[in-house]
Amino acid sequence: MLSRELSANKIKEKIIKREITAQEVVEELFEWIDIKEPLIKAYLCLDKDGAVLKAKEIDKKLSNGDKVGLLAGVPVALKDNICTAGMKTTCASKILENFIPPYDAFVVKRIKEEDAIIIGKTNLDEFAMGSSNENSAFHITRNPWDTDCIPGGSGGGSAAAVTADMTFMALGSDTGGSVRQPSAFCGNVGCKPTYGRVSRYGLVAFASSLDQIGTVTKDVSDAALLLQVVSGHDGFDSTSAAIDVPNYISDIDSVDDNLRIGVPREFFGEGLNPEVGSAVMDALEIYKRNGAELVDLSLPHCGYAVATYYIIATAEASSNLARYDGVRYGHRSQLSEDNIIDMYSRVRAEGFGSEVKRRILFGNYVLSAGFYEAYYLKASKVRNLIRSDFEEAFKKVDCIICPTCPTQAFKIGEKITDPLQMYLSDIYTIPANLVGIPGISVPCGFTNAGLPIGLQILGKHFDEGKILKVAKLFENETDFHLKKPELN
Amino acid sequence: MDIGIKEIEHIANLSRITLTVEEKNTFAKQLTNILGYIEKLNELDTDEVQPMAYATSLKNVFREDKLKSSFSRQEILELSPSSTNGFFKVPKVIE
Repeated sequence: MLSRELSANKIKEKIIKREITAQEVVEELFEWIDIKEPLIKAYLCLDKDGAVLKAKEIDKKLSNGDKVGLLAGVPVALKDNICTAGMKTTCASKILENFIPPYDAFVVKRIKEEDAIIIGKTNLDEFAMGSSNENSAFHITRNPWDTDCIPGGSGGGSAAAVTADMTFMALGSDTGGSVRQPSAFCGNVGCKPTYGRVSRYGLVAFASSLDQIGTVTKDVSDAALLLQVVSGHDGFDSTSAAIDVPNYISDIDSVDDNLRIGVPREFFGEGLNPEVGSAVMDALEIYKRNGAELVDLSLPHCGYAVATYYIIATAEASSNLARYDGVRYGHRSQLSEDNIIDMYSRVRAEGFGSEVKRRILFGNYVLSAGFYEAYYLKASKVRNLIRSDFEEAFKKVDCIICPTCPTQAFKIGEKITDPLQMYLSDIYTIPANLVGIPGISVPCGFTNAGLPIGLQILGKHFDEGKILKVAKLFENETDFHLKKPELN
Repeated sequence: MDIGIKEIEHIANLSRITLTVEEKNTFAKQLTNILGYIEKLNELDTDEVQPMAYATSLKNVFREDKLKSSFSRQEILELSPSSTNGFFKVPKVIE
């Protein structure tokens, strides 16, 4: 097996045992990136020099016999809405095309402390708004399994890079499915932790009550490793939870007896591609064979999740994105301006792409005088109904299993002119964000077209340890996560 | 309900985004379509339901009111597309 094909845990072990140097790992990785990046286009920026420098540092630590971190020598990619000091952070938007943050996000600081090697910033839908990566202002990332297909969104760059072995792991952000959906479409493991588990400090805000940083990895053990590093309380994010972080890494292989899995009817109904449905049913059989009890249940308000989400997410986005005014940072129009309102309006007209404009407009519409009660307040109430559905369900079960997405990855261009159809591709991932619970997508099969299918496991608040274990159990029984697309 | 050109112009102003004629037409159509979809929330009776703003039960979070170091003025101004004499530069605001 080539070193780039190994999991993060395995490559770390080899580096620590001095079977390979971190520098060799990085150099081999960049050779591969040089060959495949023109095809996949997962990255917005790469930092080979910085990566080699850091690798040498770690090799030196190891040869000196110094202590090294949990991610010693592991190359990691970051979604380009996560701030990196001295490295451009564009959000795939023209408005931040040349923005270089003066500080590191909490998660970036953490992975650096644990000796990870940051290799570059990955593509996304502009400001993480989209389900296909087609809303990037710079280029479209392609699905490594079929380059005519989208990799999913918004974190398509991170997901494609992990699947194409162009990084060992990546961080993303998940507001309505932006980690889990691309992981399902690209066939890797995407984990969105509980809201508050990971600090959002330095994550460019889209919808602050929904945004959560998540992990994109080759397998479940790698997810546990990366989640271990980035979880925990941070005083710079007042919504980050001051709750102890369990040991995900050591707990992952412990077996739970009497596992009760909820199977929500609403996630297997109209709109579900039959091939996806049958792969998920097969996965449930595997759990059953391993002693789990399957519990049929109903989440009656989940059919309203997408509608609720598009009110709340756009409302919060319209407020969060008001900061892009061309004054303190970011794009400024070259045209001369007579007054400040015209200046703002021109900066934003030039700097934002259509989807971002559409969401800001819609968000301001639902918040505007006369409409607030009918839309935003209504949605906030329905959000509570959806929360109650899950609360009731989790009284009966330990976790919930359903498909991550209703379909396989779709073709580039297929949904771009119909925003509503695009939004509906997140129908199964959105509820977890509204409720704030953790979710993980793991590969559970392939469609006839050879495209990956994702199995979604949802857990109780702060019960990441459980869903990782449940995911690991499935991974131990199957080899879908080991399948590689033919990129040679 | 429909979102027409007049409504689009109103919210574009609130949003501080200049739109082209073509954008106004497209957005009016698309937002009307999305609005039609979200009307389905009206199927639910929510009179007795409390609104939910956050996913966790966190209450106000306070920290000690202590002065901490931050970025220098110079570092922050370097990010600005237009600054002069230690200030951000914008078109004239006061007549």
